[in-house]
Amino acid sequence: MTNASALQAANAVPGIPRDDDGPVFREPWEAQAFAMTLALYDRGLFTWGEWAAALAAEIKHAQAAGDPDTGETYYRHWLAALEQLVADKGVASMETLHRTRDAWDHACDRTPHGQPIELRATDFHE
Amino acid sequence: MGLGAGLGYSSLMAHDHDHTHDRHDHDHEHSELSETQLRVRALETVLTEKGYVDPAALDAILEFYETKVGPRNGARVVAKAWTDPAFKHALLDDATAAIGTLGHVGRVGDHLIAVENTPQRHNMVVCTLCSCYPWEMLGLPPVWYKASPYRSRAVKDPRGVLADFGVTLPAATEIRVWDSTAETRFLVLPMRPAGTEGWSEERLADIVTRDSMIGTGLPKVAPKAAP
Repeated sequence: MTNASALQAANAVPGIPRDDDGPVFREPWEAQAFAMTLALYDRGLFTWGEWAAALAAEIKHAQAAGDPDTGETYYRHWLAALEQLVADKGVASMETLHRTRDAWDHACDRTPHGQPIELRATDFHE
Repeated sequence: MGLGAGLGYSSLMAHDHDHTHDRHDHDHEHSELSETQLRVRALETVLTEKGYVDPAALDAILEFYETKVGPRNGARVVAKAWTDPAFKHALLDDATAAIGTLGHVGRVGDHLIAVENTPQRHNMVVCTLCSCYPWEMLGLPPVWYKASPYRSRAVKDPRGVLADFGVTLPAATEIRVWDSTAETRFLVLPMRPAGTEGWSEERLADIVTRDSMIGTGLPKVAPKAAP
C-alpha cells in the first residue's frame, strides 16, 4: 500500500529523486517529510495534482530568489510546500508551526548530547 | 557547540549498566538539530497532535524506505577492511580518519569507532537515538532500534536479543554491548564469512547487512534468498 501510494506520488510529482524502485533520500529528514506528505495524501487532505502545484509554486518562488536548483535543495522546497499547504488547508497556521519549531529548539538546548530529545510543555514559551 | 546545561550531566550519562566501558568524559554540550530538522519535527508534532498523522504509520512508511536513505557507505567500508589489511588496521585505529581517506565514500561524523568481531568477541551497539545516529554509514535506523525495550534488553540479555534475530553464537564468545552517544558512534566490523575467498570488494559489500554493522545480524552469504 505504501509502495503503491509512493509510486503514484513519484509519477504524479515531477522531479522526485528516485531509482528504479522509487524515491531515494539524501538525509533522514527528507524521508520524514516525504512520509508525512504520503500520510496526509492517504488521509485525503489533498490530491497529487494539488501537491504538485504547491511544490511547483515553491520551487518557482525559490528560483526567483536565486536558488541554484542543483537538486540538493529539492526536499527543502518540498518541506516549504508542505508547511504552506498545511496552513492553506487550515490544519495548522504558520504561527503554530513556528512556535512548535521554537519549542523543539528549546528542547535541544536543554538536552545534553547523547540523550533523546523530547518535547515538553515547558518548551513552549508564552 | 557552546556550553549547555552541565548540571547533573555526568550522572545522566552514566548509564545504569556495566557493559558500557570506555566511558568518555564528554563535553558539556547540548543537542543540536539543523533548522530543517527543527521544522520537520515541528510539523510532525503538530500533525500528530491534531490527529492528521499517526507516528506508527509514519514509522511504517519510513521502514519501507530505510534502505533508501543516505549513501549507506558502511558496507563498502567493511568490504574494504576485509580485503585490505592496511586499511583494516587504520580503520580499527581511527575509523573517522581511515574512512576519510576513501574519497568516494564521503563524509562520516567525528568519533566513529570500529569494533571488530572475532571468534572470541561479538560486538553489539545500542543507542539512545539522539540527533547523531550514523545514518551516513547505516541508512535509517530500524524501527525496533528506536524502541526502549530493545535498548534495555540488549544491555541485560544480549544473547536473548541475538536469538530473537536468529543469531546464535558459541557460548564461549563474549558479547560486548556498546552504548552509542553523540560523542562516540560505533560501527561493528563483522567477521568475513567463510567461502568468500577471492570475492571482489563489490560482491563482498553486497553481503554486509545493516544489522551486521549494528551487531544484531551476521553477513548474509546468500543475500535476499529467504525472507
